[in-house]
Amino acid sequence: MTTTTPTATAVPKTTAPETTPRRARRRARRSTPLTIAMLAALAYFLLPLFWLLIASTKSTQDLFNSFGLWFSHAPQLLTNIRETLTQDDGVFVHWLLNTVLYAVVSAVGAALLAAAGGYGFAKFRFRGDRLAFNLVLGAVMVPTTALAIPTYLLFAKAGLVNTPWAIILPSLVNPFGLYLMRIYAADAVPDSLLEAARIDGAGEARIFFRIALRLLGPGLVTVLLFTLVATWNNYFLPLIMLNDPDLYPITVGLASWAAQAQNGGAGASSDMLALVVTGSLLSIVPLVVAFLMLQRYWQSGLAAGGVKQ
Amino acid sequence: MTAARRRRAAGPLFVAPFLALFLLLFLAPLGYAAYLSLFQDRLIGGNVFVGLDNYTQALRDPQLLHGVGRVALFFVIQVPLMLLLALLFALALDSGLLRLARVIRLGIFVPYAVPSVVAALMWGYLYGPDFGPFAQLSRDLGLPAPDFLSDGRLLGSLANIVTWEFVGYNMIILYAALRTIPQELYEAAAMDGAGAWRIAWSVKLPALRPALLLTLLFSVIGSFQLFNEPNLLMKIAPDVISSSYTANLYAYSLAFTGQQVNYAATVSFLLGLVIVIASYAVLLTANRRRTP
Repeated sequence: MTTTTPTATAVPKTTAPETTPRRARRRARRSTPLTIAMLAALAYFLLPLFWLLIASTKSTQDLFNSFGLWFSHAPQLLTNIRETLTQDDGVFVHWLLNTVLYAVVSAVGAALLAAAGGYGFAKFRFRGDRLAFNLVLGAVMVPTTALAIPTYLLFAKAGLVNTPWAIILPSLVNPFGLYLMRIYAADAVPDSLLEAARIDGAGEARIFFRIALRLLGPGLVTVLLFTLVATWNNYFLPLIMLNDPDLYPITVGLASWAAQAQNGGAGASSDMLALVVTGSLLSIVPLVVAFLMLQRYWQSGLAAGGVKQ
Repeated sequence: MTAARRRRAAGPLFVAPFLALFLLLFLAPLGYAAYLSLFQDRLIGGNVFVGLDNYTQALRDPQLLHGVGRVALFFVIQVPLMLLLALLFALALDSGLLRLARVIRLGIFVPYAVPSVVAALMWGYLYGPDFGPFAQLSRDLGLPAPDFLSDGRLLGSLANIVTWEFVGYNMIILYAALRTIPQELYEAAAMDGAGAWRIAWSVKLPALRPALLLTLLFSVIGSFQLFNEPNLLMKIAPDVISSSYTANLYAYSLAFTGQQVNYAATVSFLLGLVIVIASYAVLLTANRRRTP
């Protein structure tokens, strides 16, 4: 994209994105009509989540017999949660732990690989650097699902199918993450600081781990969080790679439960339904919390990638 | 080794881990798919080299063409709608005119953190005729329940799910870009007598170009590989969603239900090619418009 897209002319030459001066905003006038319109939009985005929260408090019978957007007479959220967690000898807990394992290892690995690579491309010139970077950049456009089937076939030959590696390895390579980290490193790590550290006799590895990595913080969090979400929410890859339910992440597990509930017929006989609904709720909570807690970091990291190309 | 030489070696060493994995997990599968697509498993003769036969078959395969056509239609309708909404929301948030701006921003973004599996399940149940609130409300009013999962409406219902999932994500990218526009530009525009609308049109929109292009590019990639939502709704509406409803669904069912590995690789490869071409088309049009 560097070579094919225009650079933003209106973009300021900032030093580090996190030190960009927040411009003072005129706080005087607030628009009530605009606020109401946006609250209406907000209602649309929160409606399904509100429904999910309500539905998680219902027994399967109540799901069918009470109004969807309000509580039934006998709310039983805790019962539902207990049943979800204990169904099939606690397989849901297994799925949850698998998801955490896959997502955390992938996210940390992808962020570190992208940070080292982005830093290498931003701060060093070497033979073939342009070519290599453009190759990676072009790969941003290659859809992961088009890769998934050939990757499956390769992994099947290597005996990696139906192991955690089948999920983790493909998630480690994040071309967009590398691109983001290169832009971020170019801005956030001043050359003068690197020179000073070199004059003091620090080795390159030491400089990267002790100095650069800290300055790369917000960019690193952005790549980390977005890889975390991508892996946490991934469905296609684990669907094709795994066939042992004990290795499933939540997404594939929930989909298999949903299929069972569906096969149970549309009537109230499908007891799995309440579990699917409650499991869905449980699967959302960790990511939403992560996003809320880390928002300051990932938003400034995104600002760098969204503006400069 | 001198310091200067150590330094020269450092660059390649920093990028080596990423590039090695990239080679193994990106380029190798692509190459393997290309290789597989040139063979066919035959009852007599086994695995034989057939050149581009799979490709000529694919280009005439009505199931594949319908799948690609469907996602192309989806892309043409859903993406502009989604990006327009994202743009409007981002501008509203950036205008400083909103009360509760922080709550609204995060609330609109939250669906992005919801797995598409859960999003599809939730909307599937909301759409459903049994206990979906829309059907319940219609029944209470004595009206027939709207069938969101009928043949004619399904693509729209899918578009709604995808829009719900990704408006907030695109909004955040655009909003982050808006936040980096320097205050001086606004002051200069105000000095020239520009109002809020004029500033949005003449200052903010041009500054958003790269970010908009990025969101558009991601949307091309996302639309053409549509899989999760139709795959999950398939269980609720099996008569409407066939195994070749989208190109990606088709590739999946070829590989895993039909055991047609070589043909699946061909379809995957072609699908990737379609996306790369569409992405380049987007980039080229955007660049041409910029310099008239």
